[in-house]
Amino acid sequence: MSKEASTTTLEDYTKCDYKYGFTSNIDTELIPKGLNEDIIRLISSKKDEPQWLLDWRLKAFRHWEKMTEPKWPNVKYPPINYQDIIYYAAPKKKNILNSLDEADPELLKTFEKLGISIGEQKRLTGVAVDIVIDSVSVITTFKEALSKLGIIFCSFGDAVKEHPELVKKYMGMVVPSTDNFYAALNSAVFTDGSFCFIPKGVRCPMELSTYFRINAEGSGQFERTLIVAEAGSYVSYLEGCTAPMRDENQLHAAVVELIALDDAQIKYSTIQNWYPGDKDGKGGIYNFVTKRGLCAGVRSKISWTQVETGSAITWKYPSCILKGDYSTGEFYSVAVTNNLQQADTGTKMWHIGKNTSSTIISKGISAGRSNNSYRGLVKVGKNAENAKNFSQCDSLLMGDKCGANTFPYLEIDNETAQIEHEATTSKVGEDQLYYCMQRGLKQEDAINLIVNGYCKDVFKELPMEFAVEAQKLLAVSLEGSVG
Amino acid sequence: MLTIKNLHAEIEGKKILNGINLQINAGEVHAIMGPNGGGKSTLAHVLAGREGYEVTEGSVTYMGKDLLGLSVDERAREGIFQAFQYPIEIPGVSTANFLKHTINAVRKHQQKKELSAKEMIAFIKKMAKMVEMEDDFLSRSLNQGFSGGEKKRNEILQMAVLEPKLAVLDETDSGLDIDALKIVANGVNQLRRKDNAFIVITHYQRLLDYIIPDFVHVLYNGQIVKSGDKNLALKLEEKGYDWIKEEALAII
Repeated sequence: MSKEASTTTLEDYTKCDYKYGFTSNIDTELIPKGLNEDIIRLISSKKDEPQWLLDWRLKAFRHWEKMTEPKWPNVKYPPINYQDIIYYAAPKKKNILNSLDEADPELLKTFEKLGISIGEQKRLTGVAVDIVIDSVSVITTFKEALSKLGIIFCSFGDAVKEHPELVKKYMGMVVPSTDNFYAALNSAVFTDGSFCFIPKGVRCPMELSTYFRINAEGSGQFERTLIVAEAGSYVSYLEGCTAPMRDENQLHAAVVELIALDDAQIKYSTIQNWYPGDKDGKGGIYNFVTKRGLCAGVRSKISWTQVETGSAITWKYPSCILKGDYSTGEFYSVAVTNNLQQADTGTKMWHIGKNTSSTIISKGISAGRSNNSYRGLVKVGKNAENAKNFSQCDSLLMGDKCGANTFPYLEIDNETAQIEHEATTSKVGEDQLYYCMQRGLKQEDAINLIVNGYCKDVFKELPMEFAVEAQKLLAVSLEGSVG
Repeated sequence: MLTIKNLHAEIEGKKILNGINLQINAGEVHAIMGPNGGGKSTLAHVLAGREGYEVTEGSVTYMGKDLLGLSVDERAREGIFQAFQYPIEIPGVSTANFLKHTINAVRKHQQKKELSAKEMIAFIKKMAKMVEMEDDFLSRSLNQGFSGGEKKRNEILQMAVLEPKLAVLDETDSGLDIDALKIVANGVNQLRRKDNAFIVITHYQRLLDYIIPDFVHVLYNGQIVKSGDKNLALKLEEKGYDWIKEEALAII
């Protein structure tokens, strides 16, 4: 295959269309654009919040005003005007829904288009879903069945009302309101999100899942998710997200906090599919997210698995603080960038307790004119005896106009640490393509097979149902089918 | 089955094939020999349709169709198989998974029944036995960490499961010890039928002790300069290629 010919075909192949780019005509309540203390008070009152939470927000806002945006990520974008964003947008029918029949039909249609069935079908597959449209959670399924086991799974707003003592105790424990620019912004203006609490010794019998959807124009989405797993409990949590196609850039600045106590395990999987912008880089979501887990207890374990195909810009480092002795942190990531997408993503593994271990498997795939960076920190504290880390960071290039970078950082303050790092950069080989096609596979099937093979180590960490979805999504992101 | 007429081909402007004529009928095995740089591998790639190998003149008719008008994957689905001199590794894709995808792609095109998961495994295992490949190879990433001999046996396995009409073996014997060579040859012999044909490209006569060809051709300077039966291969083994080069020069 001549070099020129193959580049052209790869380029054709990777021209992608986004199939979730529709807008739903849902009656939406919006507040004025802009950010100041009055806006924060307005959000807080709309949500009928207690004084302590308003105070918490205001404290975060006052701190945020003194902060500057981080400039170190390997991404480029024009300055964001934070006064030009709507910080609260909610589908109008906001009474608590007793059954799906009461939901806005347009809303139900939206779920259908997104391929999320919140009705009977989902019951059969055994996934409980919380759905957040713009700023509010609109429905949570399986709430009652779960509550019989003492599991709390509800919107963040409901948690503030119904379980204030838990929210107060854990919110900000892992990501303080002053942690970084976007986390502080989120703490000031966050609107909704999911709350999960798994009591001592309970193994959550189904996957918990939150589906995020940005719908309103000119708005940002700022949700918080808090998951607490008490001693000896287990939960697997899934997160999905999409947005309409718009010429403007929309900001998504979320905070996710995970807390695992003694012997608890949290498995957090994300399929991030925010609108990535068009082929010329116009529009798309700025995905500036802070995700962090605290392995607070002995032998606790937190796993992050992410498949990132969306967003114009992704800035995200799901991390683990390994505080409990013998605790384990894992990070499995596939990040795909195409057209003019930019991603600066990776993880931090901070070893504090003794005999802690962490695993990092990162697979970057760059196509089009995109830029894909892995940035990771492995930090071993001076009392973290026998810390172990294994990192593998691979980059795959499709075509010759895209870029891939790896920025691994190590801070080791204890000499008993065992750290292994492997990194590779490769291209989808013309030889590999030719080989597959000589065996009868069409080019697009050959590329799918090769890329899926490359991502196998990450996909195998996803729950079965999600793994299938991830493979399909990967095919769509790279193939350019309209779906 | 295959008719090659006055075939000329070049790579990046460099002429490699200079007018090949060859007729292959169903049920035949043709060996193609000749010194390095004579155009043997180029012929294999041109028949399989690899990009970058440009046909400048001539025609190739395969099963009544204009072969040169088909893409690589179309040719493969039509029953053309190339056993690679250097098989390619594909990390993360198990051999079984790879075979499964290719088998059904080919079967679907040829309007044969696609195999169910159960039938597939039974079929692949049966063929793997023929080339003496243990089942655990099937769960390993395709060709990754395989020895040279294992890779070549894997090529024969792929050939066996895809059931091609025309198989082109491009120096499949290179780098094999005698035991591996026997396994590979045995695989080919078991697959010989009245309705398929083989082109066996090789440097050495020894493969032809095990795969007995109906015809032997010598490719030199991009042309078939001599054809004969299996005895030609023996003569080449004994006398080398120089006498053929001299003969070829004398004609020019």
